[in-house]
Amino acid sequence: MERPLTRNIHPDRPPLNLKEYEMTGGYAAVRKVCGGGMSPAALQKLVQDSNLKGRGGAGFNTGIKWSLIPMGDQAPHPKYLIANADEMEPGTFKDRVLLEGNPHQLIEGMILAAYAIQAEVAYVFLRWAYHKAADLIRKSIQEAYDAGYLGKDILGSGFHLDMHLHTGVGRYMCGEETALLNALEGKRATPRAKPPFPQISGLFGKPTIVNNVETLCCVPHIVNNGADWFKGLSYSEDGGTKLYGVSGKVKRPGAWELPMGVTMRELIEEHAGGMKNGVQLKGVLPGGASTDFLTTQHLDIKMDYKSVAAAGSRLGTGTMIVMDSETCPVGFVHNLQHFFAQESCGWCTPCREGLPWVEKILLSLEKGDGTPEDLELLNMHTQFLGPGNTFCALAPGAMEPLQSALKYFRDDFEKHIEHKKCPYD
Amino acid sequence: MLTATERQAIDHEISLVPYKKASVIEALKIVQQHRGWISDESVEAIADYLEISPAEVDSVATFYNLIFRKPVGRHVILLCDSISCYVMGYRSLQKALEDKLHIRMGETSNDQRFTLLPNVCLGCCDHAPALMIDKDLYSDVEPTMLDDILKKYT
Repeated sequence: MERPLTRNIHPDRPPLNLKEYEMTGGYAAVRKVCGGGMSPAALQKLVQDSNLKGRGGAGFNTGIKWSLIPMGDQAPHPKYLIANADEMEPGTFKDRVLLEGNPHQLIEGMILAAYAIQAEVAYVFLRWAYHKAADLIRKSIQEAYDAGYLGKDILGSGFHLDMHLHTGVGRYMCGEETALLNALEGKRATPRAKPPFPQISGLFGKPTIVNNVETLCCVPHIVNNGADWFKGLSYSEDGGTKLYGVSGKVKRPGAWELPMGVTMRELIEEHAGGMKNGVQLKGVLPGGASTDFLTTQHLDIKMDYKSVAAAGSRLGTGTMIVMDSETCPVGFVHNLQHFFAQESCGWCTPCREGLPWVEKILLSLEKGDGTPEDLELLNMHTQFLGPGNTFCALAPGAMEPLQSALKYFRDDFEKHIEHKKCPYD
Repeated sequence: MLTATERQAIDHEISLVPYKKASVIEALKIVQQHRGWISDESVEAIADYLEISPAEVDSVATFYNLIFRKPVGRHVILLCDSISCYVMGYRSLQKALEDKLHIRMGETSNDQRFTLLPNVCLGCCDHAPALMIDKDLYSDVEPTMLDDILKKYT
């Protein structure tokens, strides 16, 4: 089984420096395109054909996203390419593996993406807490400049690219692509209205593409091996491998690169070693805090975008959080809603006012002060804060685990009301 | 007033962006790195230097979790309170830390040694529960390990 993204990542060794990275075939893809082997349009088409879908959670075809950027002499300049490394979705730790494990792979992917859209400036937008990654990326960017992969006239191609590292100062909203742009412009990270989309008017009003770290890391391998090879890595129609993760009370929590579309059962039972002794699986958030619960009846679904959606949830970031039989679902969901209420940027009213209300209702339920009407109120919020009623996807995302918890674990909510206490205490 | 060192670092950041104002987050980070936190005087000094209003600087300073608008201790403990750490028991760590340091979440110890803050997911979910002190990440933390961890910070 091929594992292109993590083949050269060994947790017990420091990541490859530039020379070592080149010896494993690194920067061959940049040499190929900058040596005249591929036009920007051909690179966009190749990535589109590979069916690489955005690994940040939305799952949009990356090549199509790139194709929406203005090209040619009339296009506004500078254009920007941004790697979204603001990994802050609770339960998500996959990009850290790539950032700390092989920073040159990300930089090479960024150079290729920037070439495809003819961007002159690239940013790595990194979350503050990833200190180790920050040091590695800073050092690797410098190595890439010294080797001529960044800067003016890269490898004599006439293509220029400058790359900077920006470290955030802690706000979940920065992961939302338009809020990220505001943060990079030195503003509060509130989302922007779309349209105009960032491809037309992004950072400093210029055409901009924001891609997730894992997405960008796939690009060098697609250039080297082709679209059909990439599609062939997958068990499903979405191309490539995927970094999956499992956390919670399993025997071996971790992250693994596997063919896109492995089953949830394989992930939990084989790779994560099954549940710890004494606890059973009760529910799973398949792709981070803002995805709907799935339960034991869904263990055999494929972990790809379409299959997880058909089961009523989202693949999201592909890093799942397992809820066990000893963890109270009401307390679990309260923890999630506390996070979302705290991280709401306050820009639009339903999210700013609704999420703290939801959090308070869940806390009173957990303390044994809940009433049957509270369940109706929670249900109302799942509609009221759902898609279409808010400025960005934060509140609708927050409602996903709540609405599915009310569906699958309603007994637990009702017991809190009936017994006037948490049955798990 | 900003120091010469602070001004020099901010000037570098200004050189990377189309207009001065865009470097306000970097300026806040630089000043906080030197002074530990962002006082009202620091807000005014940054506003003056970037030629924007203090209100604009403060709107940004108060938005981001890790810009401190109050003094903090010599070391800041960020305890992850997100979902994987919740499942794996961060609350027992919180209680142990609060008992040991005689402070609650959000407070600074009397000897100014530690400030204890909740923090969102540190991206260490496969080794939960996790906490960070200054730039050091600790994972798979159990309450019995805290004494050994804390004594590294004076």
